Amino acid sequence: MIALPLAAVIGFGLAAIAAAFVALVTRTTPVAVIAAGLVSLFASVIFLVLAAPDVAMTEAAIGSGLTTFLFFYVMGRIRREGGNDQ
Amino acid sequence: MTEIVLYIAGALVAAAFVLAMIRFAAGPRAVDRVLAFDVLTILSIAGIVIAALVGGRSIYLDVALVYALLSFLGVIVAARYLEGGE
Amino acid sequence: MAVLEFIGSLVLLAGALFLFLGGLGLYRMPDTYNRIQAGTKATTLGTLLLLLGAALMVPGWAVKLLLIMLFLMYTNPLSSQVLARAAHRAGVPLTAKTKHDALAQDAGDLT
Repeated sequence: MIALPLAAVIGFGLAAIAAAFVALVTRTTPVAVIAAGLVSLFASVIFLVLAAPDVAMTEAAIGSGLTTFLFFYVMGRIRREGGNDQ
Repeated sequence: MTEIVLYIAGALVAAAFVLAMIRFAAGPRAVDRVLAFDVLTILSIAGIVIAALVGGRSIYLDVALVYALLSFLGVIVAARYLEGGE
Repeated sequence: MAVLEFIGSLVLLAGALFLFLGGLGLYRMPDTYNRIQAGTKATTLGTLLLLLGAALMVPGWAVKLLLIMLFLMYTNPLSSQVLARAAHRAGVPLTAKTKHDALAQDAGDLT
């Protein structure tokens, strides 16, 4: 009988590895961005389980929120403006 | 008795987590993966609340509040990008 | 006090059951729109019930939990609606069992 936090860390770690694998093998860019955000979300939950709520809050806000927002914003700008203006 | 209830609830949330993770890995389209991202964030909120009840720490709920804002932002931005065609 | 905790644990278990049913629907449903319905409506109800059960079990945390419930009630239906509209505009096909597509009819009437 292993402890509950250890089981949670192992489960979320495996889920993060699975999401990183999806980000690696996918062929479309938006799916890769979403999968990278998911990896950051799972890392944030792992930080929380390891009793660091402030680090978890920062990781969730920066890694899963701001990075995804920036990627999609820039990709939308590139698609709208043609993407080849130097 | 409270501990048993929390363990059963945690097991149900973990089962839903595994199913949503399968949908994220196998979703045929990008919209399915964004939806799976949304559901995984909501399930993370539920898991954090259960962890806060198990550990008896109210600081975890602040992280759940940040998550509730982040899932909204990420899904809105991704959906706005995907509206223009895949 | 014990009565409140008992009611809270029952509500929390109901919420966890709805979350599991939402995950099952997300895995089993035939097309994207049915998955959006199962994955957002059932999980919204499940999360609200779970947070309500937690607030009944620990009344000292009720303010924070009610704030999270308020945020979820505002943002979750909005994100599901935007996602379904994006899927429809991107041309995600419907399942063969669909009887009626009201959004395509409305778009045809408008243009």
